[in-house]
Amino acid sequence: MTFSAWISEPINWIFLLVGLVVLASGFRVVTAKNVVHAALLLVAALAGTAGLFLMLAAEFVAWVLVLVYIGAVIVLFLFGIMITRAPTGQDEGLDSEKKVVPALLSVGVFVLMAWGSIDAFGTTLVGATGDPISTELIGESLLGRFVIPFEVVSFVLLAALIGSITLARKDLTPIEEEEGRRV
Amino acid sequence: MILSQFLILAAALFAFGIYGLLVRRNIVLILLSVELMLTAVNINFIAFESVFRSPDAIGQVFAIFIITIAAAEVGIGLAIVLMIFRNRKSANVDELSLMRY
Repeated sequence: MTFSAWISEPINWIFLLVGLVVLASGFRVVTAKNVVHAALLLVAALAGTAGLFLMLAAEFVAWVLVLVYIGAVIVLFLFGIMITRAPTGQDEGLDSEKKVVPALLSVGVFVLMAWGSIDAFGTTLVGATGDPISTELIGESLLGRFVIPFEVVSFVLLAALIGSITLARKDLTPIEEEEGRRV
Repeated sequence: MILSQFLILAAALFAFGIYGLLVRRNIVLILLSVELMLTAVNINFIAFESVFRSPDAIGQVFAIFIITIAAAEVGIGLAIVLMIFRNRKSANVDELSLMRY
């Protein structure tokens, strides 16, 4: 498939637009000098990813991504930034000085993975005519074949919830505990 | 749309995540980079599911599992960061060298 044939499909224009948003905001997440900006740019990257999921016939996962990540996880991150009093203004000491080796490593990983996927899948077409995978099918799969992993994951979530409460709550000194009992 | 375009985009996001993981000093920003890498993996799962349709939508089910585990990871991770900050008054990984030698 030539590039001109690829670019003549209108859906690929949308892909280019969304992909550029995802890549640009993803790059800024790891390079931004402002901590709050990095967290907010992750929202842009994840919203673009949800758009990609919609293009790939995954409606349910796209909205789960929007609800769980953009709705909950980013808010948690912003809380974490505020509570740990991370420098919210411009800050030069946010990154390590040794940047050459990590940059080379990440470029190497990218080249390896991109070469591998082109070599393995070449011009395999994504079924643009295929129906979206219905939420009904996912629900039946989750509570049918994958019911044990599903229950295990829900248990992991419960354990994480209790664990993070236990970790984050402040231990009272014996004197404070005594005063608390009197009140 | 071809499959490789999604795989290459996911590879680029994963590479950004690796770069952020190695370069950043603040623990919260390292966790952000980990989220970027998990999202890249999710894109791969969804793209493969969209091409090789499985009868039980396995790719999408696994993407949902990854999102759930990532949410749990962020909760635990931020609680640990909070504990470290309370004890050390800093959230920089450079200063957490107590168990280094």
